[in-house]
Amino acid sequence: MSAVATVEPHPIGLSIRNGSKIYPGTQALKNVDFDLRMGAVNVLVGENGAGKSTLMKIIAGVEQLNGGSIELDGKSVVFTDKTDAAKHGVGIVFQELNLFPNLTVAENIFVGHEKTRAGIHIDRAAQTSAARALMKRLEQNIDPDTPLGNLRIGQQQIVEIAKALAENARILILDEPTSALSAAEVEVLFRVINDLKKQGVGIVYISHRLEELIRIGDYITVLRDGVITGSRSMKGVDIPWIVANMIGSASKEFPKTVEHELGDEVFRVENICLPSPAGGYAVDHMSLTVREGEIVGLYGLMGAGRSELLECIMAQHPNSSGQMFISGKPLKEQSVSGRIRRGLALIPEDRKRDGLVQIMTIRENLTMSSLYDFTRGFHLSLKAEAAKAAEFVKRMAIKIASMEHPVSSLSGGNQQKVVIGKALMTKPKILLMDEPSRGIDIGAKAEIFRTMRRLAGDGLGILFVTSDLEEVLALSDRILVMANGRLTGQFPAGANAADVVSAATPNLKKVETL
Amino acid sequence: MSSIDTSGNVKTVTGVSTSRTSALLLLLHMRTFVALILVFTFFAIAAPNFLSMGNMVIISKHVALNALLAIGMTFVIIAGGIDLSVGSIVGLCAMVAGYLVLYGIDLGFLGIGYSLQFNTIEICLIVLVVGVFIGSINGFLITKLNVAPFIATLGTLYVARGAALLFSEGRTFPNLSGNPEYGSDTFRIIGSGTFLSFPVSVWIMVVVALGAAYLASRTPLGRHIYAVGGNERGAALSGVNVDRIKLFVYMFSGLCAAFVGLIISSQLQASHPATGETFELNAIAAAVLGGTSMSGGRGRIAGTIVGAFVIGILADGLIMMGVSSFWQTVIKGLVIIAAVVVDQVQQKLQARVVLQQNAN
Repeated sequence: MSAVATVEPHPIGLSIRNGSKIYPGTQALKNVDFDLRMGAVNVLVGENGAGKSTLMKIIAGVEQLNGGSIELDGKSVVFTDKTDAAKHGVGIVFQELNLFPNLTVAENIFVGHEKTRAGIHIDRAAQTSAARALMKRLEQNIDPDTPLGNLRIGQQQIVEIAKALAENARILILDEPTSALSAAEVEVLFRVINDLKKQGVGIVYISHRLEELIRIGDYITVLRDGVITGSRSMKGVDIPWIVANMIGSASKEFPKTVEHELGDEVFRVENICLPSPAGGYAVDHMSLTVREGEIVGLYGLMGAGRSELLECIMAQHPNSSGQMFISGKPLKEQSVSGRIRRGLALIPEDRKRDGLVQIMTIRENLTMSSLYDFTRGFHLSLKAEAAKAAEFVKRMAIKIASMEHPVSSLSGGNQQKVVIGKALMTKPKILLMDEPSRGIDIGAKAEIFRTMRRLAGDGLGILFVTSDLEEVLALSDRILVMANGRLTGQFPAGANAADVVSAATPNLKKVETL
Repeated sequence: MSSIDTSGNVKTVTGVSTSRTSALLLLLHMRTFVALILVFTFFAIAAPNFLSMGNMVIISKHVALNALLAIGMTFVIIAGGIDLSVGSIVGLCAMVAGYLVLYGIDLGFLGIGYSLQFNTIEICLIVLVVGVFIGSINGFLITKLNVAPFIATLGTLYVARGAALLFSEGRTFPNLSGNPEYGSDTFRIIGSGTFLSFPVSVWIMVVVALGAAYLASRTPLGRHIYAVGGNERGAALSGVNVDRIKLFVYMFSGLCAAFVGLIISSQLQASHPATGETFELNAIAAAVLGGTSMSGGRGRIAGTIVGAFVIGILADGLIMMGVSSFWQTVIKGLVIIAAVVVDQVQQKLQARVVLQQNAN
């Protein structure tokens, strides 16, 4: 591909000049210049919250710039919404597939812009033949009349791409397209991408899997905190270069490790296994230990089995097997409340879905796991409860107008503090945190991290899961890396970032040889 | 009541509109109570004899039955479920009560020609156990076999009604005056007796209501019911035993229905297998009217009681005014819809006030 690039440079299809995007409270993009080249794969990379998604949404018309301009084929354009961008030939495949499993492949491809006669009657035959033509173009052997739910995830992804192409997309944005795919499916996708390139389609490709980017990309753009820190042809780019640009020399204001002695082993899991519905294991013979006062960072990409491991520990998967020990004593309790009583506490990844009861008050959420501490016989002492809740609001520095407001009225960072407060109120020995900084702003993030440090200093063992490289490097006393359900690496604090990334993508070699 | 504190703390630039908003919010918060006062005042003026002591007693007797069912229903709905079987449980429990009063348990099948007879207290306990047992079947279907609450309780609705009909081959058990020899002649007191000049059935309702209100607001169990209805996964991850909570609410609902079955069979001195048909709908209506959210997590016992009184007074008042029963049905439906619409308005307004307050 690079040989072609030198002979005939890819024309610029879309460019953004001086683009800025401001959300309430944060600036997601700062004076960004971005060129999208046609007939090539334009790779976009950066940490969570670096501004990749925002840039992508602006190109797809989902969001609009606050400052700067977009040019399409040399003419200045403004996309008012996604439909408008689609009319201009921009298609997007989101990370979470927006498909209907109960409809057929053809129906999915044409949903929202059905081929009709007289605007009422759906022309099924025309849709089916058009869908068949698209599948042929993508070299896929998928029958347009099969229900989408019968397809594998990889095939569904292809249908999403076909959906974008059906609207004559000349620019195609793929957001983490491989995160849910098997190695073989990735190969199919890459072949499709190469074909599309030859047809002159300009592709924007977003992924956390760096080795994949190097393989498929022609141009690379690295974002950090809304600023482009590197932009060049892919020739000569290697993982250390990408990581250096992603993280930068000056690390963010993370609390530095305050030296304190680590205590004895407080938590040990041995051979945790969880069969996966797709076959094989979602968690594959995982063993690890946590010491008192130690922060263990568990790094891995999406789908590596990290969250599943924490769920196994928290008794969410009856099919899981393996042993667990708290301070050397076996953990036999099968219920969540039993495990909480033994000193485990979980901060779930999805605050809205798992962490809080949104319609209940801040007080009621804080004390949810500890109600029996305020109960004598049947009687729940509201006074003791309110006092304890107030104590934790103060301790966690939760900004609230009143404890009696619904917890849904708080900002993401403050909601997270409520979840942590609820966990701490049960006086845990081990705190399991799943993506503790997800969806909260940078200030609240730093505060959460300081809290974690302080808790570790008080002797709590913390096992936290993250897909943020910078976070795991800055915060952990020890780094564990997971991939495909297995432990693939173990590093001390201050490990080399590139090593950690390599351990998280163990199929690196396999891909390179292909 | 939290809206009162809320309104007191709001400080914005547009002070006038804010105080108006908070006054409106308070009014909306108390809407069921306001509706009760409106309905009561209207009939007090429009219907002669409405305010007489005799009429009050009659109304409270009617309301007590619906309120008892609605209390159980409120817990079920708060926990995110629905119980369609309560009407049938009333019927079955009434038949069990009637059978026990008339015949006792015939031990003839043991070949000893002897039958077990029970006194009033024993009969009551057995009937209550039957109600709780049917509730536990609902709970078992829903928690262990994963049947949707609507379907599970629809199934028990038919099964329990059929069982009630089978009990007597569809006939009525008449003359449940009991037998002084067995100590069951006091059975009539449950439905017809009075205490401090109010019917015993009303006192049963009051005691159950107070117990339920205490349970809802002052026990971990009550808090967990709200949590399960608000976010089942979140509650489970917080260590709440979701299955046990669900089992409890259906058993409690069955208990409430058993009380109603006892009261009706005692009141009429007879048990008819069709007793309690469509009672479940009135119970749901009272709970919803009282501010219980059908999506779970929200509702109060006091609201439900007031809701039951609104429905009861509306029905009795309209009869006294000679309004046709067809119109009564239409009006009841309109009142329920209006209640839910107002509820939505209140939710929106409340959310806005809280947001405003956080912004300051």
